[in-house]
Amino acid sequence: MSPIQKRDFMKILVCISNVPDTTTKVTFTDNNTKFNTAGVQFIINPYDELALTRALEITEKQGGSVTAITVGLTDTEPSIRKALAIGAQDAVRINAEPTDAYFVAEQIAAYAKTENYDLILTGRESIDHNGGLVCGLLGEMLGIPSVNVITSIEVENGSATMERDIDGGKEKLTCKLPLVASAQKELTEPRIPNMRGIMAARTKPLKVVEPAASSATSATVAFELPAAKGGVKLIAAEQAEQLIEILHNEIKVI
Amino acid sequence: MSTSTSKEQFHQSNKPDQYNHPDYYLMDELLTEEHKMIRSTVRDYVKKELSPIIEDVAQKAVFPYHIVKQLGDLGCFGPQLPIEYGCGGMDYITYGIMMMELERCDSGVRSTASVQGSLVMYPIYKFGSEEQKKKYLPKLAKGEWLGCFGLTEPNHGSNPAGMTTNFRDAGDGKHVILNGAKMWISNSPFADVAVVWAKNEQGIIKGIIVERGMEGFTTPETHNKWSLRASATGELVFNDVKVPVENIMPGVEGLKGPLTCLNSARYGISWGALGSAMDCYDTALRYSKERVQFGKPIAGFQLQQKKLAEMLTEITKAQLLTWRLGVLMNEGRATPAQISMAKRNNVDMALNVARNARQMLGGMGITGEYPIMRHMMNLESVVTYEGTHDIHLLITGMDITGENAFQ
Ligand SMILES: Cc1cc2nc3c(=O)[nH]c(=O)nc-3n(C[C@H](O)[C@H](O)[C@H](O)COP(=O)(O)OP(=O)(O)OC[C@H]3O[C@@H](n4cnc5c(N)ncnc54)[C@H](O)[C@@H]3O)c2cc1C
Repeated sequence: MSPIQKRDFMKILVCISNVPDTTTKVTFTDNNTKFNTAGVQFIINPYDELALTRALEITEKQGGSVTAITVGLTDTEPSIRKALAIGAQDAVRINAEPTDAYFVAEQIAAYAKTENYDLILTGRESIDHNGGLVCGLLGEMLGIPSVNVITSIEVENGSATMERDIDGGKEKLTCKLPLVASAQKELTEPRIPNMRGIMAARTKPLKVVEPAASSATSATVAFELPAAKGGVKLIAAEQAEQLIEILHNEIKVI
Repeated sequence: MSTSTSKEQFHQSNKPDQYNHPDYYLMDELLTEEHKMIRSTVRDYVKKELSPIIEDVAQKAVFPYHIVKQLGDLGCFGPQLPIEYGCGGMDYITYGIMMMELERCDSGVRSTASVQGSLVMYPIYKFGSEEQKKKYLPKLAKGEWLGCFGLTEPNHGSNPAGMTTNFRDAGDGKHVILNGAKMWISNSPFADVAVVWAKNEQGIIKGIIVERGMEGFTTPETHNKWSLRASATGELVFNDVKVPVENIMPGVEGLKGPLTCLNSARYGISWGALGSAMDCYDTALRYSKERVQFGKPIAGFQLQQKKLAEMLTEITKAQLLTWRLGVLMNEGRATPAQISMAKRNNVDMALNVARNARQMLGGMGITGEYPIMRHMMNLESVVTYEGTHDIHLLITGMDITGENAFQ
């Protein structure tokens, strides 16, 4: 067995956001400026769950620690507890409403600055606002490289080898640590916690940190739902004449 | 018996499992964050590993053996038993929630877990010697071993006290000789260990742990069930089986032994049946909003609304009853008669919900495209085992009148 390289022992930070379950019926309150959370189930953002699982796989293979961080109020604690149940060693909650991507990145960067993480992982986007900004912002704020939308990552000798999909192919790149990367769907399979994990999560440390000073850079004017989808008319393959007739006379496109 | 199944060998449905439980009276507020996390954990597991294959498994009547290890890893075997024996150390509501989520998928899967946790591990924990606990519980908890519970006999079902399976001293001071047969035993064809209830030479019922491989012990499978097709059922046949005396559980004698285990299992069944009812309701509600007849979704017709409204009313009542029973279980105050009431009510309720929900799906409800008919057939076993619908009524009747109407 080769001796463990200092850099192989990975200190990883995984950013977790708390998002409405994918089956949620979206409605708004306060003159369409706030998402209506009544009766909504919240879950860990699915892409963040992949980032977390990959972080655990890396540290299980070569040693290290995984910290989960979220920016959110106390109502986000079930999600962060779940991250602990899945396997993160400890967790941090920045006690503030996550108003926009810039604010979230600023808060995480302020915390990460003092901790010297080798690797920071986020999801490619959160499935609520789908901004996909935090990874890039974090890289800039921390002065480290950021790599978006990775489908694989291996870490060795102080650098990471990653892949991502590009038009018509795959890109493979290596980059020195530390860096921040965002997880794409193919990164790994999400891990379901078990009872032992849930029990262990009871006693794992969850640190609550007050937010760093910051000023808002954006405000929500109004939310709007997309127009309802029109109905679908199915026409059997053998009735092509009928299709042509509809396209010609009803929809008038041919 | 094939013990090497895998998800890949079954046809995997690509229809997403959209299940969401109804919570009309905001019952979730009565659960802890941890309970909810456990629920979502088991639900995620079911949606990922079981829902895609359950229909094919049931249609083919093949026991998906590979899930034993998965259920063990997840912690579904004896979650309420102590950590020191490799179990979960959780409360009874946790146990109930797990059974509910599993039976939401299929009563057969829940049966496998109920038998292992409540009818095999629980008696070993409660009545076994320290050596027995250390030997069996951790392996059963992890799903490395599968267990079964032998009480029912061909001629003694509702009246187990009449059992004829028996053991006598082998004369070597180290063994007993076991003879007899058990019937309708869940998990038996695949079980590594069987907790068997048998009479000693004085006619006193004792629990005895029989292991696969002991000479004279066989477990023929019972075929052609129309129910619980995803769970294996079989016999236990004992032909002069030489069992070491240390396999006799020292802590209990008489019918109290098996009945104590049944209490724990019946408690789990009351949650489980609620799960299958909610799956039927959820399926029917979604279908009725999408299915258009006479120019509008069938959910818009009064007759269908009556069915949905009554289903949800019954489910909501059962949710409250079951949760309260869970609290009493946690406090050690639930009586066997209270458990009987919940088992009887919830299984009957689930059967009625399944029958009404099935009708709402019309012809579609007859096929395996939807889970309802499978639930309905499964529930015929659930209403029969662990005390039939009639027997639980007699238990309640005796409890409230003090009069025994059994005989
Ligand atoms: C799929 C399946 C799995 C099972 N798994 C197990 C297992 O793992 N372990 C195990 O030990 N057993 C198991 N059982 C057996 C089950 O517990 C018995 O079938 C059940 O207890 C009923 O017994 P019986 O079938 O002999 O019916 P009987 O006792 O013969 O009952 C027949 C009918 O008579 C009624 N009846 C009986 N006595 C009375 C009375 N005094 N007053 C009024 N009505 C009465 C009953 O309610 C029933 O309607 C399983 C059964 C099934 C179907």
